[in-house]
Amino acid sequence: MDNFLKTDITFNPLMDHRQLQGKLRTKILGLHYMANSGHIGCSLSCIDIMVSILKFKEADDTFILSKGHAATALYTMLNEIGEIPDEAMSSFYKDATTLPAHPAPQKYKAIPFATGSLGHGMPLATGVAKAKKLGRKGGISYVLMSDGETNEGTTWESAHFAVANKLDNLIIFVDKNGLQGFGNTADILGDTAAKSVWEAIGFDVVEVDGHSISAMVTAKEAFINNKNGKPKLILANTVKGKGIPYMENKMEWHYLPMNETQYTEAIAKINIDYNL
Amino acid sequence: MRKHFSSYIEKVVQENDDIVFVTGDLGYNALENLGIKMGDRFINGGVAEQSMIGIAAGMASQGYRVICYSIAPFVVYRCLEQIRNDVCFHNLPVFVVGNGGGYGYGIMGSSHHAIEDIGVLSGLPNMTCYAPAFIEDMVTSLDHMFTRNGPSYFRLGLGKNMPQYLSLKEYGSGTAINPNAKLTVIAQSPVANNMTAAIDSSGHKSETDIFVINKMPLTTLPDDVRQSIATTGNVLVVEEHISIGGLGSAVSLLINEAALPVKKFTSLRAEGYPGGLYGSQSYHQRLSGIDQGNISEIINAYF
Repeated sequence: MDNFLKTDITFNPLMDHRQLQGKLRTKILGLHYMANSGHIGCSLSCIDIMVSILKFKEADDTFILSKGHAATALYTMLNEIGEIPDEAMSSFYKDATTLPAHPAPQKYKAIPFATGSLGHGMPLATGVAKAKKLGRKGGISYVLMSDGETNEGTTWESAHFAVANKLDNLIIFVDKNGLQGFGNTADILGDTAAKSVWEAIGFDVVEVDGHSISAMVTAKEAFINNKNGKPKLILANTVKGKGIPYMENKMEWHYLPMNETQYTEAIAKINIDYNL
Repeated sequence: MRKHFSSYIEKVVQENDDIVFVTGDLGYNALENLGIKMGDRFINGGVAEQSMIGIAAGMASQGYRVICYSIAPFVVYRCLEQIRNDVCFHNLPVFVVGNGGGYGYGIMGSSHHAIEDIGVLSGLPNMTCYAPAFIEDMVTSLDHMFTRNGPSYFRLGLGKNMPQYLSLKEYGSGTAINPNAKLTVIAQSPVANNMTAAIDSSGHKSETDIFVINKMPLTTLPDDVRQSIATTGNVLVVEEHISIGGLGSAVSLLINEAALPVKKFTSLRAEGYPGGLYGSQSYHQRLSGIDQGNISEIINAYF
């Protein structure tokens, strides 16, 4: 299975990817269980988004994970595409690692920016997109944000900059799982990731199933080809903890580690549901 | 100093097409020419300083050198995390230029002052803070910044021409050390102009070694400064910055680490807002004792 996935250069985004989605989930769960660490739910909610971006990334594209707490999803996906070696993966969360709980600076080419404090990825990706435009260079600047992160002022500062500077080479994915640090996004500042808000300031916006790779890739390809001067936003509707019933839509699985029973149950569930 | 700064920047951006200038919506009656000359490399980031720094870091990651310009306090304090995480952690060539360091904006009030800026920034990884005192060392500081190409903060103020008895040095400027000197004076930023005026009028110029250090953090004492302190045993530090994280603190630490015997150490620095009243830059300098008159008295007390 590993060899098949790593060498599958004919990978078709419109095909069923459940085995890949399941395999990446078991790797994420393995990392967290080994490390006895939290941030599981938020990694499971966005791993499918990462597949849709990174599995089909062109050489001149850039990707910034703004919700740095989903680092295990990033590390797992980068390991999948050969950007992080297996030896490094086994050091996750340990002393003297290059893979701490939030991405570190200047360790891997595929991780251009250390993140972890929210609200940084969007300005950074906007700057990357602006630089590409200024230099008449191709490629897309991708960024993955959480919906909670759209609370941050810097998100909106750079959103307006992106519109004013006609950055149609900027594609933002929002992992819209409806939960943030200490409650439901709807109950805190309201839906700051609402489609209408982004459209009102000048973005092209599409809502998709954030666990359907084919839906996200289709939306993304349409945006890449739509050079109309408007920056793009893909609202990926997701489920926090996706794939593990006892974690799904539970805020506490932002923070909790798994015990042995929970880990065993989670892996068994993934094996069945994702045909592994 | 600002006019000379603008001239320098206009020249350097014409010679280097990898330099981008981003302003936080400021520059009226100062940056218009630069904007015309730079074309699409001159960017108004809007009233959005934090995003400006993040965008600058993103652009720098793609091969540009990015100057970010605003009033000093706006671009330092509001953007601290962006400067630390986005710029410094990644060792990117983003040059944060803060106009009106210290009490430079005077009667505009405390929101417009930056008397803790160097302390706030100079401890960040890969960061160099430049606080030149005179037009001449502003130019050499800019040369240094555009050669080093790392995270930088440039504190702009109202500096005059450097007095002829000072020579440019790698760390700023200074006199040749005098084996018969009785006092070592060390200053930073344009308040050094008050210090040199005080020395000029003191009658003790020939017995005073003068140094102006324009780069922070100061991690070692320059050889001539150390030799001077070892000779005089008397030190006066003058800066338009609070004590914490400033030049005086750094010099004091380095003197102690080097076990230099010092008889008397005086730190003249920004004292904040004693009395809670506001006024011009010179008013605040007087209240802090970093005006020419008080510096003269302190110098005279050493002799």
